[in-house]
Amino acid sequence: MKITQHATDTTLTLALNGELDASSSVLLDNELSKPEILRTQKVLIDCQQLNYISSAGLGVFISHLQTFQDANVKLVFFNMQEKVRNVFEILGLDSLMTIVPSEADAAAV
Amino acid sequence: MEHAIRISCNRRNLKVVRDFVGEYLAGQQLSDVLVNQLILAVDEVVANFIIHANAEDEKQFLDVRVTILNHEFGFEIEDGTASTYSPGLYQEPDLREFVRVGKKGGVGMMLVNRIMDRVEYSTTGEHTICRLYKTLT
Repeated sequence: MKITQHATDTTLTLALNGELDASSSVLLDNELSKPEILRTQKVLIDCQQLNYISSAGLGVFISHLQTFQDANVKLVFFNMQEKVRNVFEILGLDSLMTIVPSEADAAAV
Repeated sequence: MEHAIRISCNRRNLKVVRDFVGEYLAGQQLSDVLVNQLILAVDEVVANFIIHANAEDEKQFLDVRVTILNHEFGFEIEDGTASTYSPGLYQEPDLREFVRVGKKGGVGMMLVNRIMDRVEYSTTGEHTICRLYKTLT
């Protein structure tokens, strides 16, 4: 799992590349745990190169969602492959989290 | 026809098991979504055995076997230790509550149970076996 960051004054974009499982999810957890992330307005997760997610990866997003909401930080997923989106849908997480088709859609949220 | 692999209890081997299952399913003319679901179900059970049942003790091993019979896919994960996991006590978690309290774990078996048709655990002596079944028509 590689995580590439791009930040503007208001938005932090994390591009995930690889497989997010019980072995690699700690990397993402570390990124989302940084205190400065709560000073941004939006965290965009680019999932184009995310080929796999297990419950450990989902758990990282679940565990940070309330903290983000309390800090008025929007968490938005975009470019998600169908098989990855399906994993969110199996649990109904697509109704608890914001998943949009493209980066332009994510920017407009 | 049966395919099998043995791994040590290190979470880095989760990828090894996923590749093993994926290579077997690649020849079965299944959709990407379904292949991913089956890989995920096996991955979740193997992760539980590695991390929770064996505390990532690399001296311990798991055997993973894949079978297909009459359109039914079977996945068998055998642990050389007696598990304390009791599927009879399993209740589906409330995800909104997990979000509220910031809980990281606890949705793996929810995925497995929703993906597979049958999930069976058995313990014999010092061995625990989890069997997952999915029938495709």
